[in-house]
Amino acid sequence: MSDAAAITGDAHAHGHHPDLQHHFDTLEQQHEAATLGMWLFLVTEVLFFGGLFLAYMLYRVWYHEAWVAGSKELSIALGGFNTVVLIGSSLTMAMAVRSAQTGYRRATIGWLLGTMALGLTFLIVKVFEYKDKFDHHHVPGYDFHVDAAHAGIAGPMEIFFSLYFTMTGLHALHMIIGFGLMSVITWMAYKNRFSPQWYTPVEMSGLYWHFVDIVWIFLFPLLYLVDRTQ
Amino acid sequence: MEMTLAAPRVDYLNVRHTVASWLLTKDHKRIGIMYLVVVTIAFFVGGLFASLIRLELATPAGDLVSSDTYNKLFTMHGVAMVFFVLIPAVPAILGNFVLPLMLGAKDVAFPKINLLSWYVFVIGFLFTLYAMITGGVDTGWTFYTPYSSRASSTNVMMTGIGVFITGFSSILTGLNFMVTIHRMRAPGLTWFRLPLFVWAIYSTSLVQVLGTPVIAITVLALAVERGLGFGIFDPALGGDPVLFQHLFWFYSHPAVYIMILPPMGAISEVLACFSRKNIFGYSFVAFSSLAIAIFGFLVWAHHLFVAGISVYSALVFSFLTYAVAIPSAVKTFNWTATLYKGAIWLKAPMIWALAFLGLFLVGGLTGLFTAALGVDVHIHDTYFVVAHFHFIMVGGAIMGYFAGLHYWWPKMTGRMYSDIWAKVAAIIVFAGFNLTFGPQFILGYLGMPRRYHMYPEEFQVLNVLSSAGASILAVGYVLVAIYLIASLFNGEEAGDNPWHATGLEWTTQSPPLPHNFETQPVVTEGAYEYSKREIKVV
Repeated sequence: MSDAAAITGDAHAHGHHPDLQHHFDTLEQQHEAATLGMWLFLVTEVLFFGGLFLAYMLYRVWYHEAWVAGSKELSIALGGFNTVVLIGSSLTMAMAVRSAQTGYRRATIGWLLGTMALGLTFLIVKVFEYKDKFDHHHVPGYDFHVDAAHAGIAGPMEIFFSLYFTMTGLHALHMIIGFGLMSVITWMAYKNRFSPQWYTPVEMSGLYWHFVDIVWIFLFPLLYLVDRTQ
Repeated sequence: MEMTLAAPRVDYLNVRHTVASWLLTKDHKRIGIMYLVVVTIAFFVGGLFASLIRLELATPAGDLVSSDTYNKLFTMHGVAMVFFVLIPAVPAILGNFVLPLMLGAKDVAFPKINLLSWYVFVIGFLFTLYAMITGGVDTGWTFYTPYSSRASSTNVMMTGIGVFITGFSSILTGLNFMVTIHRMRAPGLTWFRLPLFVWAIYSTSLVQVLGTPVIAITVLALAVERGLGFGIFDPALGGDPVLFQHLFWFYSHPAVYIMILPPMGAISEVLACFSRKNIFGYSFVAFSSLAIAIFGFLVWAHHLFVAGISVYSALVFSFLTYAVAIPSAVKTFNWTATLYKGAIWLKAPMIWALAFLGLFLVGGLTGLFTAALGVDVHIHDTYFVVAHFHFIMVGGAIMGYFAGLHYWWPKMTGRMYSDIWAKVAAIIVFAGFNLTFGPQFILGYLGMPRRYHMYPEEFQVLNVLSSAGASILAVGYVLVAIYLIASLFNGEEAGDNPWHATGLEWTTQSPPLPHNFETQPVVTEGAYEYSKREIKVV
């Protein structure tokens, strides 16, 4: 054990920053690695959602009529409200990162709590939207019905709602994960772990949150605003 | 214990001995060894299914197993081998072990994530094993809808979850390696001084990071369809099962390059070392890895030539598939040129590498047959295709993996295995392989379809040859396991650089220190300066 410590050179013994991991030379190198890693992770997320966007695109071209009918069943008011809420949460998140960067601990915690509150608002609204789909028999694979007027396009409409639930469900899952991340870094901020020299976790969570926000920015028009002129 | 006079050297293996010190390790070298253990288990699981397949096919009648069981056998063989052996073998075992050493780094960029990806891998494997033990799965490893989503009554869901989870292991490893290569290189280690293995791992990681998420979402879409009754690929609702095939192959064709690029990198190391020559055309070999990774994303629909896709897109995909042959050929020519007028040193890793060269050549060229539209209609879903991809996957990837494993084994364990037994095993495997898969080209050309447990009697001679080859192959693989394990107990001490090789990994002790190097290495020259070395080899 002591041999190992001697060989490995415990970083803490040399007066380095406590958050500098042993295998990095500098905090800057560590931060750059984290940033690159996070961006690469977001690239994988883009491709992850990409598969569903491809399916969406194909079927929208094939079954435009069903897409219009399906879209009309969604509430622009609730969707629009949620869009505003999420954009607002991106602002509070950006403020949290800025506060961490400049070393304002209380402000960091406040902005993070604000972001979580907005995220929660979004999820609650989403629950009501989903409940409405259950009430109107628009949940695929579970007592799915459409009006007599749409009987001819019931199949494609079921595909529309399959994609609606998969895409928004996956998005909501990402928000819940983001909520968890946010709880951890709020706790870390409360414990005064961050400083202008090291606030990498706040910035990485911020990147993640903005990504989740951007996914919704695409989902909202694609799902809620299909040819509303008809 | 400590009877020797000299103080025993501390290395990554003897620094701590507890089970917890392994299960909680963040050391990339230990994680590499842990992958080696799991992948080897998966290899023998997959091999067991393969043996049963070949046993059934020894006779024309379907007499050993029922048709349903046979479907499960080839499915589980494919799932085990593709997701739990070929994809992780070289990157997760050898890559984990040598990549940070090659870069002169103390570890990968994210050691905790590295450990996490091992756990994710094991959990995925356990799910899949559970699915296999509790009834198996019969969809083919490709999980084509609507069979997988509606018709099959086997453990599709559990296997899908296993594959889905394992995918994240692959993504995290690729991401970790990319960041490591970008940010953790030793002073003086410029991109064009990197060993070609690193270029290969980088290209592979690119494919893992860009491709794997797509299989993840595809399997997830399959899961919501099968589990929740959603309709995404369901033709009854107007959905398109061929969309599944597009999404599936968008990952699964590039995945072929995840399997073959890292062994190619290992081959570059071995061939240069045992030719005692600088690698021929360094930058061509380096860029051909990237080119394969990029072109590899543009060829997926060649798996769909008979699935009713448009003639025009088939034309384009056929052309692009031919284009992938160019960087592959660039590599093969450069490797051959490296051998030319080299001082060939026929140690065991070199024998495995030369076997790779020959088999990969056959596998690659027969790939061009299947890429040709007219020919593909004839040989699609026949044993010709089976033989082709086994030449790439087993003849190429597994041979390359063994070349790399034999090359780095003394570094990993500090012990040298029996060179003569390793050579014998390489020759047995080479012979057994050719006997197994050579006849399958002919069978396929004659029209024997894949995935049936019985066949007309005129195919029996070739099938018996193939099954006989498979048993020789099995003997060869068991032999490898025996002498490698034996070397741990009675192998000679290997020394720090038994092959007199260039490369930073050989400048540290064997087995390496817990944190790799005593002092930070500084690089002043390219990776293969064998011409500057005046070392005579026996």
